Amino acid sequence: MTLNRRKFLGVAAATTAASLSAPQVWGMSSGKPRVVIVGGGAGGATAARYIAKDSKGEIDVTLVEPTRTYYTCFFSNLYMAGFRTLESISHTYGTLAADYGINVVHDWAVGIDRDAKTVSLAGGAKLPYDRLILSPGIDFVDGAVPGWDVSKQNKMPHAYKAGSQSELLKRQIESMPQGGTFAMVAPPNPFRCPPGPYERISMVAHVLKEKNPTAKIIIADPKAKFSKQALFQDGWNRHYDGMIEWVGPDFGGGNVEVNADEMTVSIDGEVTKVDVCNVIPAMKAGRICEMAGITEGNWAPVIGHTMQSRIDENIHVLGDATNQGDMPKSGFSANSQAKVAAMAVRGALTGSKVFPAKFSNTCWSLIDSNDGVKVGASYQATDEKIAKVDGFISKVGEDADLRQRTYEESLGWYAGITTDMFG
Amino acid sequence: MNKLISLTLTAFLAAAVSAQAEIIGDPEKGAELWKDCKGCHQIGPNAKDRIGPQLNGIFGRRAASIDGFKYSKSMTRAGNDGLIWRLETLDAYVANPKALVSGTRMSYRGMKDDTDRANLLAFLRANSDNPADIPEAEPTAEPDYPHLDPEVLKIEGDPAYGEYLSSECTTCHQTDGTDEGIPSITQWPPEDFVIAMHAYKQKLRPHPVMQMMASRLSDEEIAALAAYFEALE
Repeated sequence: MTLNRRKFLGVAAATTAASLSAPQVWGMSSGKPRVVIVGGGAGGATAARYIAKDSKGEIDVTLVEPTRTYYTCFFSNLYMAGFRTLESISHTYGTLAADYGINVVHDWAVGIDRDAKTVSLAGGAKLPYDRLILSPGIDFVDGAVPGWDVSKQNKMPHAYKAGSQSELLKRQIESMPQGGTFAMVAPPNPFRCPPGPYERISMVAHVLKEKNPTAKIIIADPKAKFSKQALFQDGWNRHYDGMIEWVGPDFGGGNVEVNADEMTVSIDGEVTKVDVCNVIPAMKAGRICEMAGITEGNWAPVIGHTMQSRIDENIHVLGDATNQGDMPKSGFSANSQAKVAAMAVRGALTGSKVFPAKFSNTCWSLIDSNDGVKVGASYQATDEKIAKVDGFISKVGEDADLRQRTYEESLGWYAGITTDMFG
Repeated sequence: MNKLISLTLTAFLAAAVSAQAEIIGDPEKGAELWKDCKGCHQIGPNAKDRIGPQLNGIFGRRAASIDGFKYSKSMTRAGNDGLIWRLETLDAYVANPKALVSGTRMSYRGMKDDTDRANLLAFLRANSDNPADIPEAEPTAEPDYPHLDPEVLKIEGDPAYGEYLSSECTTCHQTDGTDEGIPSITQWPPEDFVIAMHAYKQKLRPHPVMQMMASRLSDEEIAALAAYFEALE
């Protein structure tokens, strides 16, 4: 995204507002209903934009997001293979501030008082809300992979939150010695972006095939099967024959230990020295959900009709952090859920019309240059959960033209969804 | 003995094929109608690509699949999405080319009469290289395309409702009409929009995402979307 003057002013305005935020309670003067949104990704940014856009100024919208530059997780695998630049997957909040009148606050939400209905920020401010939307994405489950914790992420990156972690993993892949070994510890279900680890493997193989053709890739996977498995394995055979070894749970893929100092991975007791180790641990809802006390197990349960927390009706939760039913944890899903939540929030606060919730998702993955595949489904809300209605998946053996078209379609989708999120 | 059975079987199959041909229409009458087409298309021995592609063996051919012929972007996309020229897709295309392939370069307004189309298709089929390979002429194939009650085209769409519904579209399609990888859907004549969406809903237009999206939109919702996207600048 280019930074034009108007967008720059928007950022500047938001920044100034944040820097003046000595401990005080905001928004007392406006008298408008107040919505606070925590998390500026596919769920939060979309919800902020739709509420601001469709309420036409009747609702005061504040978006809390710690980073000024947001890197989308989707397409960060393509960055690692050089199909995208990091700049091309980076976005800022200037348009949301300047054109949509959203108060963008770059700070960490560190606490939620559900009785007082306030959000505390690390900088000391307290934001009152009538409705709160939490879209914090994921955090990692402590101790999920023996030998790994977040303090090891600079040696063994997860690269499952895009940005500096993606840069680090890309550098590590590119500086592997000839004939070296790349290992991935894949996560158990449910996790963000089900095809993500396997698209990443494809992209790593794409780089190695060109720069380091004798290198090896090992995936230790606790899951017996994975998203688009037939499509990926067919693609790996066609493009990267013999390079990739997938170790499923039958062969100990779920019994893994790593040692970041020694750069070793132990799979079912067999220790292997590796050059790069991409550890993607088990996941849970972003920490703020736990702090708010709206999680059950690792995730925040929600009502599909409105995306309201099942524990607190004044809080809506979006995207990866939720336990909602059949939708995969994806940016597309979060964007789709955000629009349902935006409609429900406006209905509750301003009495605007509320239509029945509809959801959809499509996940594109790239296997090699111009070899794109996709899977998708439509969903509806039932009282019990968000339930799948209908779906489709690319087929093994599709011709090269269709695969190229699918890849080009994914580029169009990226432009579309990021415009839908950030304006 | 075996040979006799085989001959009998061949005769039986030939009869079946000819019975199917009758279901399509009268190729001789179709030859008359071909006059409308031959300004741009050739068919028969030595047919070459002209303004339009040659049409030998059109049945069973994938859309936009002749090497070296320059198709419209829309036709290429339809071919990549899996559009195969079968009886029902050809019938649909001849009835209203732009309803099936929005950006087709074929400047033909469409042949509205069901019997005429049946005759023309029978003629095209008779000129196919290998009629035995032609997919069956389904007796159940509806001549109309897409199967729309004329009342559906008269529904006045509510653009405000369309704006709400459009949020499902704008995850991929851009409201400023940007057209890269994902087609633009703004400023379409509402009738074209409605027909195209119903063609997806009836799974005549290929593309799995669009078929899925259209499948759960009601007639009113499609009209509302058409009204909303028409007005987008």
